[in-house]
Amino acid sequence: MSRQGNNGRCAVIVLLAWVVSAALPGCRDHRDEPGAGSSLPEAIAARHAADMVHAALAADREVYTSEVVQRLTIQQKVQVINPEGGAPGPLEAREDWRSEHGKLPLPAQMFRMGAEKVLQNDIGFSYLLLSPWPINQQNRARTDAERLGLDKVATTGENLYTTEDLDGKRYFVAIYPDRAVSEACIRCHNKHPDSSRRDFKVGDVMGGLVIRFRMGGG
Amino acid sequence: MRRLMFVSAWLLATGGASVFLYRSLAGARRTLFIPGRTTSGHHQIEDKCELCHDLGGAGVRQEACVRCHGDELADASDSHPLAMFLDPRNATDLAAIDVRRCTSCHVEHRPSITGPMGVSRPAAFCVACHADVAAERPSHRALPFDGCADAGCHNYHDNRALGEAFLADHLDEPELTAHPVVPALDRDSRYGGLGSRPLTRRQQDAPPGVTPSETVLAEWQSTEHAAAGVNCTDCHGGAPTMERPWTDRPGLEGCRECHGGEVAGFLRGKHGMRLASGLPAMRPELARLPMRASARGREIGCATCHAAHAFDRRRAAVEACLECHDDRHSLAYLDSPHHGSWKLEQARNEGEGGGVSCATCHMPRVRVVDTDRPGVTVEHDQNAALRPIETMVRPVCQPCHGVAYSLAAMAEPGLAAGNFRRAPALPARAIQMVRDKVKRGPPAAKEDRR
Repeated sequence: MSRQGNNGRCAVIVLLAWVVSAALPGCRDHRDEPGAGSSLPEAIAARHAADMVHAALAADREVYTSEVVQRLTIQQKVQVINPEGGAPGPLEAREDWRSEHGKLPLPAQMFRMGAEKVLQNDIGFSYLLLSPWPINQQNRARTDAERLGLDKVATTGENLYTTEDLDGKRYFVAIYPDRAVSEACIRCHNKHPDSSRRDFKVGDVMGGLVIRFRMGGG
Repeated sequence: MRRLMFVSAWLLATGGASVFLYRSLAGARRTLFIPGRTTSGHHQIEDKCELCHDLGGAGVRQEACVRCHGDELADASDSHPLAMFLDPRNATDLAAIDVRRCTSCHVEHRPSITGPMGVSRPAAFCVACHADVAAERPSHRALPFDGCADAGCHNYHDNRALGEAFLADHLDEPELTAHPVVPALDRDSRYGGLGSRPLTRRQQDAPPGVTPSETVLAEWQSTEHAAAGVNCTDCHGGAPTMERPWTDRPGLEGCRECHGGEVAGFLRGKHGMRLASGLPAMRPELARLPMRASARGREIGCATCHAAHAFDRRRAAVEACLECHDDRHSLAYLDSPHHGSWKLEQARNEGEGGGVSCATCHMPRVRVVDTDRPGVTVEHDQNAALRPIETMVRPVCQPCHGVAYSLAAMAEPGLAAGNFRRAPALPARAIQMVRDKVKRGPPAAKEDRR
């Protein structure tokens, strides 16, 4: 993805986060129902903003997985010349891509790199991927909202919208199903030694995409 | 009268104390204000408090840490980057250790609580966030948390030589590779365009009033500089077309135009960090490692090791080091198998053929990318592959030794200090674990599929 494309996506995310921050200052009632304490238009605005951000993130994620990783590594079987000599090796997406020659970031790492850049802007907005069957155990649910959301997306395939308190601040949280969009997803997850589930099929829910907005513009 | 004497004495004492304190704060040496022994990483720059501290307060600026260490952490694929901890879901972990600030783990001037790598936390700090590691990895069940970084298993920041996938790729390599030779320097791609006009002694272009000695001319003509068309004014300045006037000792600036990467590496390392910080050049007597008395007073620059005009890389690779360094590891080199291979290479005089010098390990050949001069070059930051020592495995050991053997050698206490005069006695634990894991294969699928 080009730097220009990333900047454009970040600009959209920042704008949406600002819109939501501005729309939510009335959400002061700390009940668990999403949007509780705020007017219906405010709750709708929060969900709508999260849905829009999710649409952009999910699209980028699918494009990278299918059009870059799947296309180059599985369909085209690209071979990489070793500058130290020896036979060319297959282009792969690998966790240690940054320290290896000619490797691609895993789709989950690509997603996380963007998320970490957004976090550095400190605008009260964050997103991440979690799973009940993570390869990296740091990607398990940690908060009650995350556990609730992962359970719902895994069992029903439906989104969850809720709120939660973290470090004394109130957050609007939306959790969406993250599905296996291509062969590249399931091939890696079904054979990885650290994977606790190895019967994924294309289209299965593999985890949840979590979007958080800090409420009240704080 | 007595009162006048008392007032005069008081004024004299106060004035003297003020001058002393002012000179201590504003002068070149400020050790009076250093609250405790500085770590070996920072002691060279301890005179310049403002490099790290906000002198208005007493705090350390996070930005100061990032300014010097940010790029190297990014290059090292930092396993715990700052951005990882900015998500609000990590607030609970941050309550235990606020890893967003370097000083949470690296407090300076506290030698009584500071261990290897300048870490001022108890060695078991990993438990704060990874207490449940045994549930994820049964192989870790009986392991104590204060041993995470021992035995070549984990580092907090740099795990490029310890990642499971990397180790799995290199499990079955022999102790010595089939062709144990460091990669050749890429002179054409790094310094392209200079090799087409070799110069003779008559073509030297020192300006009027400067007469190079016969020795200087002979040395210059024996080098690749003359062969590549690099003339006197290219380094010393003073050519009619140049803004830079002639100088007898061109220093870093004379080298930087062609060797910018090497100079940048030098300034990052312990030889050049004082210059990079705006302090006078490093001298051997300022070092904490034992140095030879005869080296006192030398100011470390490019020509200190490379000897101006001769620029003999072989001298710079061993003799230049041992003219200053006088510690156990350096002296043990002379009786080591590595030095044996170096002597053999020099005796054969057939070019690079597997000889291991001081520079082979401490200024290794590295392949640089993402630059307009890509290719294999010498990393002049002699500390780059030593922080921590396991990180030497990839750039230093791997061209000649298998990864498992190298990691075992690095992990075994005392082997490095004695300059690897014997093979490691035990295999590295990380290698054993990865080998077992590969043998086991993926875990059985769990029953719970929701």
